[in-house]
Amino acid sequence: MQFKLTVNNKKYEVDVDGETPLLWVLRDSLHLVGTKFGCGVGQCGACSVHMDGVITRSCLLPVSIVGDANITTVEGLSEKNDHPVQIAWRDIDVPQCGYCQAGQIMTASAFLAQNNNPSKEEIKEAMHGNICRCATYKRIEKAVEKAAELTQTIK
Amino acid sequence: MAKQQLQMDRKSFIKVSLLSGAGIVLGVNFLQSCQFKNDKPIDLEALDYNEFNAYIQIANNGRVTIYSPNPEIGQGVKTSMPMIVAEELDVPWEHVRVVQANLDTKNFKRQVAGGSQSIRFSWLPLREAGATARQMLINAAALEWNVSANDCSTSDGNVIHPNGKKLGYGDLVVKAATLEVPTEITLKNPEDFKIIGKQAKNVDNFKITQGAPLYGMDYFEEGMVYASIIHPPAFGQKLIRFDASEALKIKGVSEVVKTGNNIAVIATSTWIAFQGKKAVKATYSKANKNEDSTYFDQLAEEALASGKFKKVREDGDVKKAFKEADKVIERVYEAPFLAHNTMEPMNFFANVTDEIIELKGPIQTPELTAKQVARNLKREVDEVRVEMCRIGGGFGRRLKGDYAIEAALISDKIKKPVKLVYTREDDMTAGWYRPKVKYKIRAAIKNDKITGYHLTDISVNAVVNKQRANFFPSGAIDNLLIDTYKIKSKVTCFAWRAPICNILAFAEQSFFDELSEELNIDPIQLRLDLLENAKKHKDQNMEYSPERMQEVIKKVAKEAQWGVSKQGVYQGFSAYYSHNTHVAQIAEVVLKDNKPVVTKVYCVVDCGIVVNPLGARAQAEGGIIDGIGHAMFSEMIVENGVPKSNNFHQYKLTRLKDAPEVVVSFVDSKEAPTGMGEPTLPPAPAAVANALYAAMGKRFRKHPFVKNGLNS
Repeated sequence: MQFKLTVNNKKYEVDVDGETPLLWVLRDSLHLVGTKFGCGVGQCGACSVHMDGVITRSCLLPVSIVGDANITTVEGLSEKNDHPVQIAWRDIDVPQCGYCQAGQIMTASAFLAQNNNPSKEEIKEAMHGNICRCATYKRIEKAVEKAAELTQTIK
Repeated sequence: MAKQQLQMDRKSFIKVSLLSGAGIVLGVNFLQSCQFKNDKPIDLEALDYNEFNAYIQIANNGRVTIYSPNPEIGQGVKTSMPMIVAEELDVPWEHVRVVQANLDTKNFKRQVAGGSQSIRFSWLPLREAGATARQMLINAAALEWNVSANDCSTSDGNVIHPNGKKLGYGDLVVKAATLEVPTEITLKNPEDFKIIGKQAKNVDNFKITQGAPLYGMDYFEEGMVYASIIHPPAFGQKLIRFDASEALKIKGVSEVVKTGNNIAVIATSTWIAFQGKKAVKATYSKANKNEDSTYFDQLAEEALASGKFKKVREDGDVKKAFKEADKVIERVYEAPFLAHNTMEPMNFFANVTDEIIELKGPIQTPELTAKQVARNLKREVDEVRVEMCRIGGGFGRRLKGDYAIEAALISDKIKKPVKLVYTREDDMTAGWYRPKVKYKIRAAIKNDKITGYHLTDISVNAVVNKQRANFFPSGAIDNLLIDTYKIKSKVTCFAWRAPICNILAFAEQSFFDELSEELNIDPIQLRLDLLENAKKHKDQNMEYSPERMQEVIKKVAKEAQWGVSKQGVYQGFSAYYSHNTHVAQIAEVVLKDNKPVVTKVYCVVDCGIVVNPLGARAQAEGGIIDGIGHAMFSEMIVENGVPKSNNFHQYKLTRLKDAPEVVVSFVDSKEAPTGMGEPTLPPAPAAVANALYAAMGKRFRKHPFVKNGLNS
């Protein structure tokens, strides 16, 4: 079936089965591979994208449900890789293997868009759903705090 | 500066090539001089620890590219190894570009990520490579200026002369390429280091935060197809037949083929290949229904009763020590199978043609895998090309190249370029597991001293080996016996981050905590006393340094304020040497609503010179949280020969809210550096178990703690 998608403000048309999870449309059809496959059952968060700004697990989202929603992936989070979360992630030197980090960054950016002055507890709650097997958790926490500061400075 | 005369003809291991318009390349092919002859052998079986090599490219504009030869699995070598070259080459770190080199057995050796050995083995060779290039540039400048090379020096990518002359490296490369490779080079004194010891961020950070295609999983080329794979559900089962008719009805599934004992589904996308898997009906030989946790426990009991053990190390007269003891303390510690669960599931690209075998993907052992692929396809190894990429986690899993071999077999069969991708379920159930382990430890006590020590290891498929039997407390207790019994099983077991030590350290460091209580002595004082005894023995086989161990222990005690009462905070101590690195830790537990919470871990590390403190600290933070998380929560249950957990909803991994604060510090050292990928993990579970005991008065001797009495 044909589906029209808006990803990172660009229009795409794909011909796939309607049950295909958005994750695999992004990765195999559109070659936007920043969004990662981790578990396929919504448990790890590596595939997190924004759907109209709301954090969504793309591995569980059939492409037929996306409709005309605007999808944002890590590639489209900012034009110059300079979203406060991306800057903070580099500044705090979060990544080890790096594989889960796009999902972490998408979760953090959606969260900060809702709450740009979070408490430590709120950060922990917001990021708890994303697994990092290298256990970079303490740096993730710090980077979200740093990104919140940057967001406030920009505004 | 330290002059260094090399023991060999440098021409034989350094090759300089002029690149037209692009500067020079130094291919550094180290031979015997770089072998650590006096070192005890590293025992990670199947790994080929050879010499080490490097490539340095200096462009006409002075820009330096360093090809990082070792697989990057998140341990940070793609950043830290080039730092070492750049230091001796004397160029600003900002001017260096780091590129992942591909498998090249002609120019690189020991392209392996394993055993936390990358930095240890490459330290001197990488320094020499940088210093050799630097000396050649100095020699070129000296000729240009008609001065003595001895009067020239370098700074930030320039050669300078006291008379004020100055030339950038880029201006000297053409001349340098025509010169003889110097026979004498000068290494920097550690006091003069400008890059080593400074905080350097992960060189791939920009690409990672951008979502750039860095991983094997991300690889795509025109014309390639996707494959999924069906392994037998139980360990050791044989595929008898399969029916793919339903799978072939799915739009996009092109072929279903048998490769070895597996079935591969070929499709136009990963998702379709996954769907095709579900539609295949396969028949297998009978599973070994016996293989489950109860069965292994029964075998362990039988082994204990039989007394048929293999002695790995024996000192003094253990029998006599136990016979004459006032008291014998005996404890049993246990841990389950663990899966590696790298975030990037196993995957590999293969394109097998009549001319060449192209492989791309995440692998910790590219050289070994190339050989295995060649053997499986009955081809020559020099027909195999392995392209390496950033790896989404290793933890030992990708020391095994089974999935790369599978991809090659599939491509060979269907005659197409193919990317094989495991589902998470494939990844978790067809892996190589941390062995299930049971340790019985006994101590003989006489006159309030430990006079005998006997550790019996009963494990599935892998046991304590000679090297690890030389770790603490060997050398510290006069009468000591370490013996083992290996339970053979179809469950495939292999190295899991800090192999053996990841659980041996838990058992022993928990046991010493229990002994200190029995002996009514402070746990730290007990360790310091035993290490004092180890100093006297001067045991040739002893792997650790009692002096360095005492230093990290004293430092962590000070930093965590051991023995100083903190309201509502309970501390547990543990220390362990592994992977040539000495580590001591103190964990803190508090009770919140009567439930224990691990809030903080202090960690002191002696890994010699710290090449990249930012990266080294990251390894310690991750290693400790990883070790604690698995001890608390994780378990791979096997039932009827089948792994029961197959995805993260059935296999709990540690998450952000579980992670304690980690405070890491390093011993100030001038010793050559050792690895950081593994050694902070082994002591962590015991530090926590000992702190839990302090808080709750309850011993945790079996992993995972949450299933074995811990209410968190």
